[in-house]
Amino acid sequence: MIEFENISKHYPDGTTAVKDFNLQIPAHSSTVFVGSSGCGKTTLLRMINRMVDPSSGTVRIDGEDISTKNAVELRRSIGYVMQNSGLLPHFTVADNIATVPRLMGQSRRDSRRRALELMETVGLPTSMADRYPHQLSGGQQQRVGVARGLASDPNILLMDEPFGAVDPIVRSELQSELLRLQKELDKTIVFVTHDIDEAFLLGDQVVILAAGAQKLQVGSPSEIIENPANDFVSSFIGTDRGARAMSVKQTPQGPVLVDSQGRTQGRLVEDGPR
Amino acid sequence: MNLLSDAFKWLVAPEQWEGKDGLAVLLGQHLLFTFISVVIAGAIAIPVGWAIGHTGKGREIAVGAAGIARAVPSFGLLILLVLLLGVTHKPEAAVLAFVVLAIPSLLAGAYTGFEAIDRKTIDAARAMGMTEWQILFKVEIPLGLSLLVGGIRAAVLQVVATVTIAAYVNLGGLGLPIITGLNLRRFDMVLGGALLVAVVALLLDMLLAMGQKAAVPRALGSKQRKVRTQDSKSSLAQEKELT
Repeated sequence: MIEFENISKHYPDGTTAVKDFNLQIPAHSSTVFVGSSGCGKTTLLRMINRMVDPSSGTVRIDGEDISTKNAVELRRSIGYVMQNSGLLPHFTVADNIATVPRLMGQSRRDSRRRALELMETVGLPTSMADRYPHQLSGGQQQRVGVARGLASDPNILLMDEPFGAVDPIVRSELQSELLRLQKELDKTIVFVTHDIDEAFLLGDQVVILAAGAQKLQVGSPSEIIENPANDFVSSFIGTDRGARAMSVKQTPQGPVLVDSQGRTQGRLVEDGPR
Repeated sequence: MNLLSDAFKWLVAPEQWEGKDGLAVLLGQHLLFTFISVVIAGAIAIPVGWAIGHTGKGREIAVGAAGIARAVPSFGLLILLVLLLGVTHKPEAAVLAFVVLAIPSLLAGAYTGFEAIDRKTIDAARAMGMTEWQILFKVEIPLGLSLLVGGIRAAVLQVVATVTIAAYVNLGGLGLPIITGLNLRRFDMVLGGALLVAVVALLLDMLLAMGQKAAVPRALGSKQRKVRTQDSKSSLAQEKELT
């Protein structure tokens, strides 16, 4: 479990990125921070692996205050996946994936075997092991980034808009891949995005943030859609109008759901899940 | 045309290359002065440049100091240093003058090499749990090497051309035939010496240009060719996409 307790972050120039933030992130589930750019969501994420230290407040992982831990060791124990993959351009795919195991003193052979194993896990052909990042497509680079994040088998995986820079088709492919992976690996995932659809797709818990990392609503996607906390949330998630504002239309084949544009989006069935 | 052929004749005559003041000895002195000066300047400027590039601090000071060093006329500095250190320390004075000449290029090569690296790459390296030293040695130095070698190339070129003035204070080098020739009005000698300096400079520059190519991270160099032989179709297709 990851806990944020009274977290604030002020910068020397007087801006406040985070103001008195409290949150509990349950283990073995995925939590998504969603909000428009500059709302402080990435800052919150980077506090978990001490890439940013809060000005005040405490971040705890499994009850332990992380400010007492060595930052380098903490980072090695937490997977990190960033936008544009952040791969080292002069390392091969296998060496990129094996970076953390190598840093932790594993032998070259063991870490290479681990890298090849992970390439299969994330759906990359192992024949690409000796290519360099610039020889891969954006989607493939992102898969390498995910594999690298998983290399030391961390309990926590931090993902900072990992699919922000790939085209929509590849993005939805990577999203379903991540869902499959999460079922398999059961990590604690903290995910940052500005895309509310991505948040609802991937998050067990979704945290909607406004400027200054102000929590607007925390809950499961269903809870948020069924009961948006305020007008801002309903307009942000699109339940007042747009794709998520559905109405029922009767047809000879039974009732269907129609969005605010009048386009039919789905069929109303009697026995859905639950 | 006549002068040029005379200069060549002078240059290739075997007797010019022999003896205490022969061209072979002068060439050796010239290269030694260049080498020692660039090595000393590198030992000072490269770590400082890396420190600036890594921390992002002190850049303004370095740029200012390098600007001043660039503006100092080497010949004037050499004479001043000989006067200050005394005639018994002429070699030290000369080396010091050349070191001052070489530092700006080396400093710039070292820190611009780091500055050219995508910040996200370094951020990712840190987020994975590399220590600052590991970031320096595993990421920044390899990725910045190509621009550093560019700086070394510029420094060597400047120093090798300027070492000719060492002959003014009786330290030999390839400046000697130029200066002696001027006094004797032997223009074949002047031109021959000048040509030799130019040839040496061009050869060193070519050598370092090759070094610079080799310093480009393997990602863009020879390894790529290896991959192509293994998996020629897809690599070639990708390469087409890239260009």
